[in-house]
Amino acid sequence: MASAELRLEGIGKRFGEVVALDNVSLVVERGELVTILGPSGSGKTTLLKVVAGFESPDHGSVKVDGVEIASLPPAKRNIGMMFQNYALFPHLNVRKNVAFSLEMRNTEKGEIDRRVTDALELVELAGYDERLPRQLSGGQQQRVALARAIVFNPRLLLLDEPFGALDRKLRETLQLEVRRLQQRLGLTTIFITHDQEEALVLSDRIAVMSKGAIQQIATRAEIYERPVNDFVADFVGESNIFHGVVSARNTVTLDNGRMLQVKSDATPGKRLGVLMRPERFSSSGANVFAGEVLDAIYLGASFKLRLRCESGIELLVRQPARGKLPMVAQRLTVGIDADELHLFDL
Amino acid sequence: MSRSAGFGPALPAIVFLSVIFLFPVARFLSFSVEAGNLDWYAQALGKQLYLRVLWDTFEIAALVTFFCLLLGYPLGFLIATTTHFWATVGFVLVLLPLWTSVLVRTYAWMVLLGRNGVLNRLLIDGGITTEPLPLLHNFTGVMIGMVHVLLPYMVLLIYGAVRRLDPAIVQAAQGLGASTWQTFWRIYVPLTMNGIFAGCVIVFVLSLGFFITPALLGGGRVIMIAVLIEQQVRETLNWQFAAALSAVLLAATLLVYALAQRFAREESAS
Repeated sequence: MASAELRLEGIGKRFGEVVALDNVSLVVERGELVTILGPSGSGKTTLLKVVAGFESPDHGSVKVDGVEIASLPPAKRNIGMMFQNYALFPHLNVRKNVAFSLEMRNTEKGEIDRRVTDALELVELAGYDERLPRQLSGGQQQRVALARAIVFNPRLLLLDEPFGALDRKLRETLQLEVRRLQQRLGLTTIFITHDQEEALVLSDRIAVMSKGAIQQIATRAEIYERPVNDFVADFVGESNIFHGVVSARNTVTLDNGRMLQVKSDATPGKRLGVLMRPERFSSSGANVFAGEVLDAIYLGASFKLRLRCESGIELLVRQPARGKLPMVAQRLTVGIDADELHLFDL
Repeated sequence: MSRSAGFGPALPAIVFLSVIFLFPVARFLSFSVEAGNLDWYAQALGKQLYLRVLWDTFEIAALVTFFCLLLGYPLGFLIATTTHFWATVGFVLVLLPLWTSVLVRTYAWMVLLGRNGVLNRLLIDGGITTEPLPLLHNFTGVMIGMVHVLLPYMVLLIYGAVRRLDPAIVQAAQGLGASTWQTFWRIYVPLTMNGIFAGCVIVFVLSLGFFITPALLGGGRVIMIAVLIEQQVRETLNWQFAAALSAVLLAATLLVYALAQRFAREESAS
């Protein structure tokens, strides 16, 4: 496999007054799948376009296996791409769509046929050769796009929110298929999405982006359990986020007056953010919250509850679905231990 | 789907068109069979002279269409793919002539193309030629004039087709290794074919019935069928024959249009 290492250093890009990319640096190791996660306008699509060659950065470098590629046009970069709306060639059948990249490289006819057949088998579309894109379902079209993107042994694979237009079940199936294929081929991959669940399913590492800058880049567990700021804590997963001050050893006083037992040796007076994940609450703990149920949502496998507690604190709580769903206005007490809270600098 | 209730609002327009257009045209065409026979048609389609005119008309229409495509595709493509500012400039340059009367534009070409016209003066004074080029009152002049008048139609239809193309498809092609040339011929041209086709049909059909430009710029040497019809009406006062020729022109135009529709439907069905 001709898979490569991608190194972005200090990438900056402005569109007039708007800063699309703010000093972005990133290394994607050989064979790794990194997801760039962020809301619209975070710069993730611009970053992808810079790597693919459709935008040139104002400054910074893009290196593939140590070689600067900023001056190469997209056609010469040997990068496979998948787009959100598939972007299959509507006037060509499946076989010709997949064969396109090989034809552009003047590959010998027999070899083209062989490799296209292999690629179609890999995405489980053997026998669909003669179909036109418009005769295929969304999921099938996306698989053709995948076959097309990898048939020429690219050094990198870029996926631009490829599953956005599909329904949930199909999305989950394709996510796993892409992941399996990517691991099997050992292909260095960058995946762009705004869907944090998708990011958690697919990635080796996640880079969370906002306002043109990478907020945090780490493994998925790290991102979920130890986010470094408000944005990452809020964007990934459901969260209860409060701000406060270290008032004593292992104690934080929140801005609303409530005191919490935490695990921290930060100096008193330091401002901190506190994150409590909804699924970390149980019926008791070092920190107790007594409140009234505002909303109770039945999700089959779990209950999602919104509680109003004292000091104006509203909490989102997730419980496995045991017993009856609590009722609105019912009084409920939850607790969370000191080591289940996560603290981050402000 | 039944639309029978829809006729009401359209009635005034239908009446207006019938009175102002359909009825007079039908009445004029009926002159061709005034004598109770098809003699005028026999003359129009039988005599070598008139068949020649018909053939020349089709030939010129085909050539005009060809040049309009050759010049119009790059222009339409550029306007569709460039920045907002230059696209606006392009639009103005293409549409402004369209809003100017054909007569005015044709007269302008007479000023530009004459023996002592602007173009020849520039070439001679600039030392590029010694003799004035014969650009007016001949086939060349008519071609220049007609292509210029009909180019905007082609450009606009090409522009529309290029704009409708999903840019992600072009990016996909480039990412897969297609050079600019390959992207143009393998992606743009096939996927804008309906715009190309529509442009060619419109330009061809309009060319068939052209009068002013061949009349003024042709100097009597370029006889297209509309010019011939006008001669029969105004000079020879042979309205019956003029009507027969007009009917032939109308039939030819409808035939071209019908064939084009058929071809387009076959293409989209495949």
